[in-house]
Amino acid sequence: MANFLEHENRLESIIPENTLKTRTIQHIENRTIKPVPPRYRNEMGKYITSRDEEKCIKCGKCAEICPQGVHVRKPGYKYFSEPKNHLCFGNKCEEKGCCCVTACPVGALKVEVNPMMEVLGDYRWTPEMILATWKMAETGDVPSEDYGLEYETGNSGGGFDRLRFKFPEKTAKHLKPEDIDTSLQLNRKNDGRPNIKIDVPWYGGGMSFGSVSNTTQLSKARAAVAWNTFTCTGEGGYMERMRPYDDHVITQVATGLFGVREETIQRVPIVEFKYAQGAKPGLGGHLLGDKNTAAVAMMRGTIAGIPLFSPFPFHSVYSIEDHMKQIDWIKHINRRALISSKVSTPNDVDMVAVGSYSAGTHIIHIDGGYGGTGAAPEIAKKNIAMPIEYAIPKVHNFLAAEGVRDGVTLIASGGIRNPYDMAKAIALGADGVVVGTMEMIALGCVRCGRCSAGRGCPRSIATTDKKLAPKIDLEWGAQRLINTYNAWRNELVRILIRLGLGSVSELRGRSDLLMHLDYNNDMEQNHEK
Amino acid sequence: MPEKYHIETKPVPPRRPRIGKYGIIDWREDCARCHNCVKKACVYDRHRDEIKYIRNMEDVDALFFDCMGCFSCVQECTKNLLRLSINPEYQKLGNDYWTPQIIQTTWLQAETAKIPVSGAGYGGRFSGYGFDSMWTDMSEIVRPTRDGIHGREYISTAVDIGKKNSFLVMKDGKLSTDIPPIISTPMPVIIDMMPENYALPMLDAVIPETAYRTELIALIDSKKWPSGSADSDKYLPHIAFYFSADAPLLPPGIIRKTALAEIENSDNVNLRIKELKEINPDIVVSVRVELNGEGIRRAVELSGSGVEVIHVVADTNGKQTGVKDPLFIKDMIRIIHKSLIETGRRDDVTLISGGGIALPEHVAKALICGTDLVSIELPLLAALECHLCSVCAGEKSCPAKIRDAGFEYSAGRMTNLIAAWHDQMVELMGAMGIRDARRLRGDVGRAMFFEQLEEETFGKLFGTRKQA
Repeated sequence: MANFLEHENRLESIIPENTLKTRTIQHIENRTIKPVPPRYRNEMGKYITSRDEEKCIKCGKCAEICPQGVHVRKPGYKYFSEPKNHLCFGNKCEEKGCCCVTACPVGALKVEVNPMMEVLGDYRWTPEMILATWKMAETGDVPSEDYGLEYETGNSGGGFDRLRFKFPEKTAKHLKPEDIDTSLQLNRKNDGRPNIKIDVPWYGGGMSFGSVSNTTQLSKARAAVAWNTFTCTGEGGYMERMRPYDDHVITQVATGLFGVREETIQRVPIVEFKYAQGAKPGLGGHLLGDKNTAAVAMMRGTIAGIPLFSPFPFHSVYSIEDHMKQIDWIKHINRRALISSKVSTPNDVDMVAVGSYSAGTHIIHIDGGYGGTGAAPEIAKKNIAMPIEYAIPKVHNFLAAEGVRDGVTLIASGGIRNPYDMAKAIALGADGVVVGTMEMIALGCVRCGRCSAGRGCPRSIATTDKKLAPKIDLEWGAQRLINTYNAWRNELVRILIRLGLGSVSELRGRSDLLMHLDYNNDMEQNHEK
Repeated sequence: MPEKYHIETKPVPPRRPRIGKYGIIDWREDCARCHNCVKKACVYDRHRDEIKYIRNMEDVDALFFDCMGCFSCVQECTKNLLRLSINPEYQKLGNDYWTPQIIQTTWLQAETAKIPVSGAGYGGRFSGYGFDSMWTDMSEIVRPTRDGIHGREYISTAVDIGKKNSFLVMKDGKLSTDIPPIISTPMPVIIDMMPENYALPMLDAVIPETAYRTELIALIDSKKWPSGSADSDKYLPHIAFYFSADAPLLPPGIIRKTALAEIENSDNVNLRIKELKEINPDIVVSVRVELNGEGIRRAVELSGSGVEVIHVVADTNGKQTGVKDPLFIKDMIRIIHKSLIETGRRDDVTLISGGGIALPEHVAKALICGTDLVSIELPLLAALECHLCSVCAGEKSCPAKIRDAGFEYSAGRMTNLIAAWHDQMVELMGAMGIRDARRLRGDVGRAMFFEQLEEETFGKLFGTRKQA
């Protein structure tokens, strides 16, 4: 098997062309971290400052003392500009002796928690988590503690939000950030197919043409190139403009088989079968007629204006044997591709995973119920299939019990919001994760949930509207994502150092490093080193 | 294949000013009157349409409440004069159980008859009280899978009401078993009587019409019959009369036209059933049992005394009544269902459960827990833009002015709601790989319970769970 490719080379005359190399010149994107200012004039912060203009004597002491530059008076101006509230540390300044409120000789300033924090976000993506992700996108690192942004957990009351790491009191001194290995090997089958390794233990989730703007899709692709990881086309075809990113693209084969052509399958290093998606498991997809524009129709090989149904399930797959046939089909068309099988989290997700392994998949991608999607029935998002926090250990342990755990890569998604969620998912048993919503947040999403309504996303992310979509600049979008990825990696490295681990692969399945706030944590967990 | 169940719907717009979740706060006094005011760029044209809103003086606040909460104007205003807040009127809707979110989604479904759809994933709690502590399953590759909602198979939500024989006896080539009467209803739902404090007289005419349009059965208090200008022949097949213990039976001509009747739980239920059956041998009789401290025991006891249908009813929030630590309807259904199975009488009796059924997923989940069908009341009232503030008694204080609601509006909204619920039932069943609602009853394998998942997953890792 190890000589599979060599053997295949000899068969070049009979295998489809372009299976072994990419023809298009590939885009190069540097992994440089640059500050990217927010896109909106009034960036929101946890705190707001207000100035009583009648009391203010325009002495400028506030601007002098604030190290964050919240108060700005342009040269030659008497009055102050709008304060940069998103930079404000709130009451933290008082401890540091740089508080504008105490420095003001006439008591004209007031700092308080922004009342809009009650409106922004939800239980899972709390306002502080959204603001922190914006900060990551802006600066390339997680926000300092001074901002007082609690982004490590949400407020959902269960799962990741109740899990905590048991960090040792002393940090392992021998570990240096530059020595920590965060790479993830995607092919564990030793079947002669490429041993693809990505530099970070995550890749971007599938977002189809039409569900997000061109800019969003290309921003994701550029971030994937910069971080040597992947992005996914989602269902509905593979746009020509993605060709310069072929080496970092996963293309999807979904139940409707829309836009699936031999030629697109042959372009990419990974092909993903989408059996179900966590937000609407078992329901398939529905593209409204209005969204089936001429461009979409052309790529999907359909007639414009007609609603398109992606049924559930694959009508050619009713057993693991059928699943195997599908995998063989793709493996034959693209001899270098790895196969990923994306499934949701039913009761018997462990059986599905083992079955999929035996059918020859390289990556088992389990998608939990709390992930995002362009549009899904609310009843499905809330009720169908189990949260990913339960599914990961269930699958991990079952694969281990069957003795095949090291023969397959387990990827989790559906509610991975921050580096801590990722680390917890890995500690519970996943090898890596897929992220989607966090990328949208980094581009300025506020989770208003209107991705599917009318003209689409009012924040210009998930829309193809001619007026809305161009509001995001590609360079800006790509850099925001590259920065966020950097922040995630930095924080992951810090977590690993605090846990005394030299690589992310050592964290896999280390649930003994976790504790649950709702439990007595009185179970002895043996970790085999 | 049976004819496909289909409810005719058409949009029924609200009568009252909308109550949105968000409110825009606009500090106009500092406005710089920019020529490129950010309000003009509202994706939803809320600000641009300001004048249209202002024309309707009764609905003048709607501009602020129709906001979709995208923060675009808030973040772009050159003078930073706009703010978003949660509408206090929204927060006042309903109560702890009937949350503002439930009421608002009910309003939307009653207006459009469509399944609520949104983007950006689920933003709610991990799990919660009552029905929120369970998830429904879906079928993936390894199990024989049914085609989902877009597939080729018809997913039936029909269920039966009545006693089912577990076997048939043939004698001399002929069937000698008595076949008890049985009713088939296209959805596992019956329309219950409104609780006393919500029982507005106008509902007496609207509910039979809704039952007629949706082909369901509505329970009507026999004391309220005949109501208004009711067309008996049209409505009676869709009506089940409820006879309280002291209520006299209705004229035989009326009872013969109904297929189901319900009687109050008492010591002489069998006598009452006999009286009804003497008038109409094909009638199915249900006994209504309040889920108080004795309710569960009584329901199980009745199943052994030849009663065909037991309708157990918790309070409107799904709680047991009159006890210190009340159980929730879902758990009570499980206890009753399990007891009936243990005594071998499960198919001798149809179990209808009511109280706390607020969302379509509650129907599917209640069925999974073991009931044959559910009864609903308050969702239909909420369809009429009710706030569930329970001040109906005061004629003028009703914020939804339901007394003034027209017949067509009311029946239309209720019908729309039931149609939307049906479609959502089909979504859940399609995902579960179940194509017949009869098979869903008691199939706990098609659900995942919070307690069980916690124990199986985190219990193994972190030991015992702390007591709440």
